Amino acid sequence: MIPLYWWLIVAAALFCIGLYAVLSRKNAIAVLMGIELMLNAVNLNLVAFWRYITPQALTGQVFAIFVITVAAAEAAVGLAIFISVYRMHGSINVEKLDTMRW
Amino acid sequence: MDATVSWLINLIPQMTEPVARLIVDLVYAGALAFVAPVVVVVAFTYMERKVIARIQDRVGPNRAGPFGLLQGLADAVKMLTKEDITPQDADRIVYNLAPALAVIGVILVYAVLPVAPGVIGADLNVGVLYVVAVGGIGTMAILMAGWSSNNKYALLSAFRVVAQLISYEIPMIIALLIVVLAAGSMQMGEIIAAQDVPFLFTLPLAFIIFLMATIAEIGRSPFDLLEAESEIVAGFHVEYSGMKFAFFFIGEYMHLFVGAGIATTLFLGGWRGPFLGEVISEASILGVLLGFVYFLIKTVFIVFLMIWIRGTLPRFRIDHLLDFGWKFLVPVGLLGLIAVALVLKLPFLSSSGLMWIGLLVANILVIVVSLAAVSMAARRSRSVALRGVVGADR
Amino acid sequence: MPADQIVRYIVFLILTVMTLGGALGVVVSRNLFHSALFLVLSFAGVVGYYVLLDAGFLAAVQLLIYIGAIAILILFAVMLTRGLMDKRQSQHNQQWLIAALVALLIFVVLAVVLWQVEWPVASEQALASPNVSVSQLGQELLGPYVIPFEVASVLLLVALIGAVILARETES
Repeated sequence: MIPLYWWLIVAAALFCIGLYAVLSRKNAIAVLMGIELMLNAVNLNLVAFWRYITPQALTGQVFAIFVITVAAAEAAVGLAIFISVYRMHGSINVEKLDTMRW
Repeated sequence: MDATVSWLINLIPQMTEPVARLIVDLVYAGALAFVAPVVVVVAFTYMERKVIARIQDRVGPNRAGPFGLLQGLADAVKMLTKEDITPQDADRIVYNLAPALAVIGVILVYAVLPVAPGVIGADLNVGVLYVVAVGGIGTMAILMAGWSSNNKYALLSAFRVVAQLISYEIPMIIALLIVVLAAGSMQMGEIIAAQDVPFLFTLPLAFIIFLMATIAEIGRSPFDLLEAESEIVAGFHVEYSGMKFAFFFIGEYMHLFVGAGIATTLFLGGWRGPFLGEVISEASILGVLLGFVYFLIKTVFIVFLMIWIRGTLPRFRIDHLLDFGWKFLVPVGLLGLIAVALVLKLPFLSSSGLMWIGLLVANILVIVVSLAAVSMAARRSRSVALRGVVGADR
Repeated sequence: MPADQIVRYIVFLILTVMTLGGALGVVVSRNLFHSALFLVLSFAGVVGYYVLLDAGFLAAVQLLIYIGAIAILILFAVMLTRGLMDKRQSQHNQQWLIAALVALLIFVVLAVVLWQVEWPVASEQALASPNVSVSQLGQELLGPYVIPFEVASVLLLVALIGAVILARETES
């Protein structure tokens, strides 16, 4: 079988690419994409741990399902916020949305 | 599949089992990938034209070959010889990828379609879920086509796609949920095994919702807003021509077949039929062929039903379409789901015969109640509108 | 090494190219629509990973929710907010270099740690027969994990209502 740490390293790489997207992109939708990548990396870890460490108990899969639920809710609300912000400001550039800053 | 493998080994004794299995798999896969689309598209376009023509009091194709049977072939030749145009400002890679994805998304569903006893690509234990999940690829393809064509009609169509296909996925999932609840499994094989009485007769509500949602997912009339000619020219494939258009066309007709096939499997008992399993063994070649014939008859019946609906009903308006999905199909489906779940848990319906009658009664009850509610609401809104008109007169 | 194991390794490598290549495409592409399509590629790679890990149910759920819903929602949002995608303009802010360094540093640290740790991998026998029953997954969700399950359903309801209210056009 493929060694466990291969999976973990792939997941870590995915997580870091997502992190880079969150930190560096201007467009809020791109930031959201980065977050989705990071959540995917987490899920991959959970499933890999389930398969390699506790293949009999289904805890890892159950957790992954909850993470997917949260990701779906977050995407729906996030995109709704972006669309209403876009309607108000004509932009979803995270650098320009600084009315709350003092 | 096993029957074919053992037949092949009997035919050529030197062959080992894995080799025979590989050959059989490859032959089936090849048949699926190359023959099935052509046969399905040619046969169904012919059937659709003839049936629609009869409904509209015409004759339909009758020039190419006897009874116009070669019309599909003539169309294919025309399609292939047409010039292949790419709009100047199109997003080239996405534009070329979209037609292929449209077909792939449909072919993937074939993997869980049991066309005869034992003949199924992969009897996944999440088969029903897989059918819905793979549907997302088709949505993606249409979205990509609409965006990359760089045409406002195509883009409008892409917006409608998201609204329509995503909305109708939900009633579809609810209908499937009812079936899964009654069958106790998401595996296609077990769902067929559970249908001693086809679910069409015990769960008519789920069947109606599923049929409507399937028609919406395929994007056929009366839900053909994705390509409403009178509103947005040809929708997402307005810029496509020649071979690439043919791909969308093939994808649509294969989707029609696979949608009807899934409906057959889930509600009409799939390949089950008289004599099969009792007189003729399901494992024999004859049994497999007979099962396939039963499957085809039922599937063609469902396709006929869809063509009939297309020939009868006018197109929805987009807001009516969404209202119908969200405010009617979803609540009714949820009501039906609760009713079926309750009936399945009733203690005094212990024998399966009583259970079937109970399910049927519950389903009909939900249908009657929801139709009564709709007609009441419609009457009220009509009277309100009427009062408005009278008030304006004064 | 038996043939099916070699196939597994090859599939793993292809999926890795898909997943990480897609993820890099998301980050690098200047066209947001392309970014979203690369995101789909990356999600599709993860679907393949789940199949390789014998988590068939999760693979179907990933396909249904990530590709069928989240990615399409993102594409939809990209199309609704178009006009922001000026290809000549950089899509990255000024801190992209620092961000890249930080991400790279975290990756290196994580990779070294993950590589060094002795993981308490289950016995060969347990590994060979993982529990893949869907019905048992359902039992788990409605048995020991019923409270998180119910909370998740409430979360989805709240998100549904919240999204509708947020995105609705205010009548003025």
